[in-house]
Amino acid sequence: MNTGAANPVYQRRRRTNAIMMGLSGAALAFGLFWLVWIIAVLLWEGAAALRPALFTQMTPPPGGDGGLANAIVGSVLMAGIGTLIGTPVGILAGTYLAEYGRRGWLAPATRFINDVLLSAPSIVIGLFIYAVYVAHGKHFSGWAGSLALSIIVIPVVVRTTDDMLKLVPNSLREAAAALGAPTWKVVTMISYRAARAGIVTGVLLAIARISGETAPLLFTSLNNQFWSTDMNRPMANLPVVIFQFAMSPYPDWQRLAWGGAALITLFVLGVNIAARALFRR
Amino acid sequence: MTPAKLQVRELNFYYGRFHALKNINLEIPEKRVTAFIGPSGCGKSTLLRTFNRMFELYPEQTAEGKVLMGNEDILTSKMDVSLIRAKIGMVFQKPTPFPMSIYDNIAFGVRLFENLSRARMDERVEWALTKAALWREVKDKLNQSGTSLSGGQQQRLCIARGIAVKPEILLLDEPCSALDPISTAKIEELITELKNDYTVVIVTHNMQQAARVSDYTAYMYLGELVEFGETEQIFMKPAKQQTEDYITGRFG
Repeated sequence: MNTGAANPVYQRRRRTNAIMMGLSGAALAFGLFWLVWIIAVLLWEGAAALRPALFTQMTPPPGGDGGLANAIVGSVLMAGIGTLIGTPVGILAGTYLAEYGRRGWLAPATRFINDVLLSAPSIVIGLFIYAVYVAHGKHFSGWAGSLALSIIVIPVVVRTTDDMLKLVPNSLREAAAALGAPTWKVVTMISYRAARAGIVTGVLLAIARISGETAPLLFTSLNNQFWSTDMNRPMANLPVVIFQFAMSPYPDWQRLAWGGAALITLFVLGVNIAARALFRR
Repeated sequence: MTPAKLQVRELNFYYGRFHALKNINLEIPEKRVTAFIGPSGCGKSTLLRTFNRMFELYPEQTAEGKVLMGNEDILTSKMDVSLIRAKIGMVFQKPTPFPMSIYDNIAFGVRLFENLSRARMDERVEWALTKAALWREVKDKLNQSGTSLSGGQQQRLCIARGIAVKPEILLLDEPCSALDPISTAKIEELITELKNDYTVVIVTHNMQQAARVSDYTAYMYLGELVEFGETEQIFMKPAKQQTEDYITGRFG
């Protein structure tokens, strides 16, 4: 056997490796290029609007000076309540799929439908809440917005909870069961503990996902030019304000839209970093 | 022969359609160490896992026949399976420390069935860790995570955890296969010590280990119990040629 450097099989393998490494590197650079460009443009354009007034003043009428305080509070309220509704449902459903749904057809069917919901366009979810809730109550409201957001949270949390619990080795469950622990104790004391970081990460990613959603809020909470924390009334929120202001011809509004966009991006970036840090621990 | 702690009667076991245990009849003597030996896939672990109904966690696995503890048939008992498992502890091949402190690893099982004061629990934890020859190594770091220990220490932690609930029987499924010789020696000493209070059943691939620690040995092959008897007899004068071939390494 020729094990020298001139071995043709070895030479071909080295060439293939070099080509594939080059292609992978190029693909990576291509993806990163756009991401860095997006963030750079956002920060560049939004920098002018990122000042204290952004957090303290209301959205202004055209031509006026102002901030995004009502929209920020509205977004935090609706995303918060949406997460509070969606998280327990998602975690419990994910627990059923991973821990209890070993027999029968129900769990695989649920998992499939959940995946469909996970990739459903968010505008469909907005329209759905509009049809079943807003159209019946005859008015847009913060609750409707929260509900729409919670429906986006649920499949994300179900999926990550299911996946993370499935990563918990069965040997750990067996060990707990072998001590005489009933299933619910095995789940709450052992599986949840072992998968905790992953489940929390899933919730954080869901929060990041809904904080930028525009379509489901267009049909549910709509918008509000004024300060309002009344969940029964239309509520301002960052994505819809950005949408409205960015499309307007007024430079002040456009500047605020850039500021809001930068704010959401920085928030999502922060949440993702937190999720990574948590998961690594 | 010593009185039997467990009596296995015409036991058959299936993984789906695969017939993994064929008509096993066996008596596990009380307060003795019984070893199951045989080549991989012969059914020794499967047999062990019927004793505490561990196989029930998996819907496609079924057992037929009887496993009697006293007059109670473990397989069909109306008793809650948790209570059965509290009486029949198990230690697995790979160390499985729970993601919690060393102290809580031990206390977890105890808390399932006993309401102990903090002081009594401290005592129990120390007792179990001492029995498992781990106390001196961990007494100053009981609040550290159980997963921070070395492999050998983790396995002794798992044994301590099994002992802490004071079972009557201890099932050991290749407890030393992932350990170095020093940890293995410690665990073997421990097994010898444990038989004063417990009935121990150990599955092992290591024939010297079976010869060293066990009083009785069962040789299994392809789902059948080939031979069962006192360890000395099995290793010195096996009744069947098949057993002798395996033990002398001419086979399997």
